[in-house]
Amino acid sequence: MKKDVILAGVGGQGVLSIAAIIAQAAISRGLAVRQSEVHGMAQRGGAVLAHLRISDTAIASDLVPQGGADLIISMEPVESLRYAQWLSPQGALVTAADPFVNIPNYPDLEAILNAVKQFPEHRIVQAAAAAKEAGLPRAVNMVMVGAASPFLPIPPEELETTIAEQFKSKDVSVVEANIKAFRLGRQAAEQGPQS
Amino acid sequence: MKELALLGDEAVALGALHAGVSASYGYPGTPSTEILESLIAEYEKGGPLAAWCTNEKTALEAALGVSYTGRRTMVTMKHVGLNVASDPFMNGALLGIKGGLVLAVADDPGMHSSQNEQDSRFYAAFAMIPCLEPRSQQEAYDMTREAFDLSERLHVPVLLRLVTRLSHARAGVAPSEPKEQNPLAKAEDKTEWMLLPAYARKNYNALIEKQKDMLSWSEAHRVNKLELDGRDTDLAVITTGTGGNYYEENLDDLASSRGGKLPARLHIGVYPIPMESVRRLCEKAHRVIIIEEGQPLLEERLLGLLPQRLTVSGKLDGTVVRSGELDPDNVRAALGLMPRPSVKADIPALPGRPPQLCQGCPHGESYETIKQAAAGLESVVIAADIGCYALGALPPYSVPETIVCMGASVGMAKGAADSGIKYAIGVIGDSTFLHSGITGLIDAVAANTPMTLVILDNSIVAMTGCQDTMLPSARLKDVVLGIGVHPDHVIELEAKRQLQDENAARFRTELEYPGLSVVFFKRECLEAFRKRKKQEAAKAQSSGNPETGGTV
Repeated sequence: MKKDVILAGVGGQGVLSIAAIIAQAAISRGLAVRQSEVHGMAQRGGAVLAHLRISDTAIASDLVPQGGADLIISMEPVESLRYAQWLSPQGALVTAADPFVNIPNYPDLEAILNAVKQFPEHRIVQAAAAAKEAGLPRAVNMVMVGAASPFLPIPPEELETTIAEQFKSKDVSVVEANIKAFRLGRQAAEQGPQS
Repeated sequence: MKELALLGDEAVALGALHAGVSASYGYPGTPSTEILESLIAEYEKGGPLAAWCTNEKTALEAALGVSYTGRRTMVTMKHVGLNVASDPFMNGALLGIKGGLVLAVADDPGMHSSQNEQDSRFYAAFAMIPCLEPRSQQEAYDMTREAFDLSERLHVPVLLRLVTRLSHARAGVAPSEPKEQNPLAKAEDKTEWMLLPAYARKNYNALIEKQKDMLSWSEAHRVNKLELDGRDTDLAVITTGTGGNYYEENLDDLASSRGGKLPARLHIGVYPIPMESVRRLCEKAHRVIIIEEGQPLLEERLLGLLPQRLTVSGKLDGTVVRSGELDPDNVRAALGLMPRPSVKADIPALPGRPPQLCQGCPHGESYETIKQAAAGLESVVIAADIGCYALGALPPYSVPETIVCMGASVGMAKGAADSGIKYAIGVIGDSTFLHSGITGLIDAVAANTPMTLVILDNSIVAMTGCQDTMLPSARLKDVVLGIGVHPDHVIELEAKRQLQDENAARFRTELEYPGLSVVFFKRECLEAFRKRKKQEAAKAQSSGNPETGGTV
């Protein structure tokens, strides 16, 4: 078994925290993991790309080969399309519906979402609304972990345990809101493609 | 011991700790920063000394002092930092290293966050010292430990060469039994530590003498693996470092494209180049493909100058990408394999999203002010420097005209003024100024150069994740005054939008002054502000005062 994941977003959106949760949960399942991150200048409001590889056998490269990804998780619609050449013909694309506009030439959102809808397996998740519903607007990335979870070789309970562990130093309400955000994201993805 | 999920950088830090390191030094620089950050976190919990230094040169010199007294020591830096430390580096190779001395140098092929993509393996070869090049996080841990042992066995500094993809990728690492620190015990022969010509000649010969031991170590090393049995020896492949990973990523497809028969192969992970293994690999080959991360070190040496029967393919003949980092796809192409199919979708043209200054960043304000003050002036040069503020070169600011290396803004402004430019402006950050801008300013003071140096003082080393600067902001003005800049022309401005007109007018006056001015633009970095508030809150909470904690 191997699952190769591309994570996309804009610097500051919490792409690395999504990668870290999934990686930690995979490690807890005894799986081999390699997770490549972006630090330094690229993080400053620029496009961010992270690679996450999960396998039950040894992994050679830190980077996912093009055409090899089983899943793209994106915090943002434009960024979800930027790394399409990494996705295998059968791969899934899961993106938050909410645009992050910090460039003057952000394209027409409708056209971008229509492009996402061409992907054979895709999910467009109202992540900001779900996080708000969970009671913690900044838990958008946990919504996205949830939305990606049906495509991951990790049981949701394991991911929830990892999330709880991650926030254990915080107030119990923060833990609960993050878990709720995760569940709302998972539900949304299980309902199939939507806009 | 339990397996841990570590960044390559963190694996190096743990390797150093478990090797019994007594003191670690460095200067922050992507992708090396997290090594010393991890060690500093351990130091704060009672571990061995770990501290940032003013620059890479002072860091390495401190490490030499530790080694002289018999203890193990590590220095961390990014590739261009080794240029700054190159004087003690080249000379350090001639010393009779006592306590193990390891330089962990992280290269940045692809320039994710750098000005060039120099390959530190050349420095190791230049200094004639061993180099270890891990390609997994486990190797990063193991090789760090080995590097200390090797340094003490051969009495030379050892270079551990990392690259971005290893430094910043996380994977499982199984640590081994930690070792105690060395006792304090000075080197016995001080002539091995004095590079007076008479001693240096002797020491250089000793270094030459050590080359045989280095070579036999590298020839016998388990990482430098030669695979000949059952292979097609007509085609040979040499991989180095992470290049080996990308090669192996394509192994199945390569085998099936060649009827199941793989080429003969040598992987190199430690240097000097294991020459005998290379010779054996290429004995029957007509072509050798060299896949190395960085610059074509191996390829150039294999090619030599004279024609030969063997076709050497790599970066120089275009088989492998000449610049940028290796990846599974460009290595695949180098092996003559077709790209893997990817999803079919009609993607519209996407706008780029380059990195940019944070919303409300003080540097943005400072650039607006400089722009306003310099508007309409003829004969202007604005030389900027290395740091977050380099992003001011992009729209909407587009202010800097030059960005070269740490500290260059000061010297280049001086040179432009010497050359006849009327308004020569240098723009440098507080930490970069301390790192290597101060010496250039001394030159300008000595010559009373008509130029204006802007010091963007945001109180922190922002780009690399908010490390403390070596001197607090409050001391910088005294430093500038202390080296002799006239007090009337050392100006402090607050980088705030509502003061922009006033600041621009004041700055313009200094531009018109036909002597040397230093203008500080001061305001705390937003990230530093958040970090400070968080720490203060945590501190308040741990001291059992939740009310104070709650106010931030």
